[in-house]
Amino acid sequence: MDSRVQIVAIVVSSGLFAVIIELVRRRRLMERYALLWLASAVVLLALSIWRGGLELFADSVGVAYAPSALFIVALGFILLLLLHFSLVISRLADQTKVLAQRLGLLQNELEEVRAELATQRDGQSDREHIHS
Amino acid sequence: MPSRFHKPLAIVPAYNEEGCVRGVVDEIRLRNPDFDILVVDDGSTDATADEARAAGAQVVRAPFNLGIGGAMQTGYVYALEHGYDLAVQVDGDGQHDAGQIAALRFHLDRHPELHMVTGSRFLERGGGYRSSASRRIGIRIFSALLSAITRQPITDPTSGFRMTTRHGIELFARDYPHDYPEVEAVVMLHHHRLRSAEVPVQMRARAGGRSSIAGHWSAFYMLKVLLAVLVGLFRARPVVQPGENAPVTAEHAI
Repeated sequence: MDSRVQIVAIVVSSGLFAVIIELVRRRRLMERYALLWLASAVVLLALSIWRGGLELFADSVGVAYAPSALFIVALGFILLLLLHFSLVISRLADQTKVLAQRLGLLQNELEEVRAELATQRDGQSDREHIHS
Repeated sequence: MPSRFHKPLAIVPAYNEEGCVRGVVDEIRLRNPDFDILVVDDGSTDATADEARAAGAQVVRAPFNLGIGGAMQTGYVYALEHGYDLAVQVDGDGQHDAGQIAALRFHLDRHPELHMVTGSRFLERGGGYRSSASRRIGIRIFSALLSAITRQPITDPTSGFRMTTRHGIELFARDYPHDYPEVEAVVMLHHHRLRSAEVPVQMRARAGGRSSIAGHWSAFYMLKVLLAVLVGLFRARPVVQPGENAPVTAEHAI
């Protein structure tokens, strides 16, 4: 494998790794969403450092030019991450809907209680008016 | 000795515990009459909230399942907003013995420098507590890790039987870990220079329901918590001085 390709691969995947760790450290990225990213970064980094492993993998899937196998691995992880996002978005959408419904119901209840209080107060002040 | 805490709250997280939440609330009230009781119904699909209300507890219902971390934090936010100066977590499944709440409180009374006490199943030999092999391994690993980080023995890092003072309530209301919070909470407390200790307790087998913890106890969650604990070591933590509010904004806790 051309060593330039290897250097680029190592730089890119270790950069990815560093960015993810930094984001988790700054609490911009939650751990539960960082694990898949970290796994992809670690595997890509390992395969770009360890030529033998990459060539073995390339051989077994029938790729003649080993660095291309890195793309396959990266593509696999990207598909996984995208699917993961779709699952998370679906859950978030469902939860947002439930929250909005609850909020609407609460608002309705609040307005009813307010109206009830107002009629009670009106009745009271009317009575006071008559007494005075 | 009169207690230095005047407004104590028992927070009971419950998820589908209609079978035993009433018993848990009754027992807390019977053994600790001066505690207010808050049941956080974590999006149950059964009659947990009704049972808790019938038992006379305050009930906060989450509109959907938040997970144990989110449910507990709801309890701490309630404690913060209602001015409680002491909060104890008691699982809604009946495995924590409400008779031992007094022991936790007594320890905090005797040691004013502490901010949290945890009931530990493993401080005394022959506690009679049994759990699965994978859980025991997990507990071992986290016990060793947390003991090294906090430089004090942590024998039961996953115990949810905990009591905190106002400082702990303020911190946890603003920032509480998500999925498997007990382990991370110990590290958080340490980084905020709040002090904790363990008190030996006995725990019972669960009275009913399904453990929210056993369901969480997988390799995935162990990895996640490990990552959180290790990355947490490099996190710049603001130091809380006694009397100050914990300066972590709620925005980060969501």
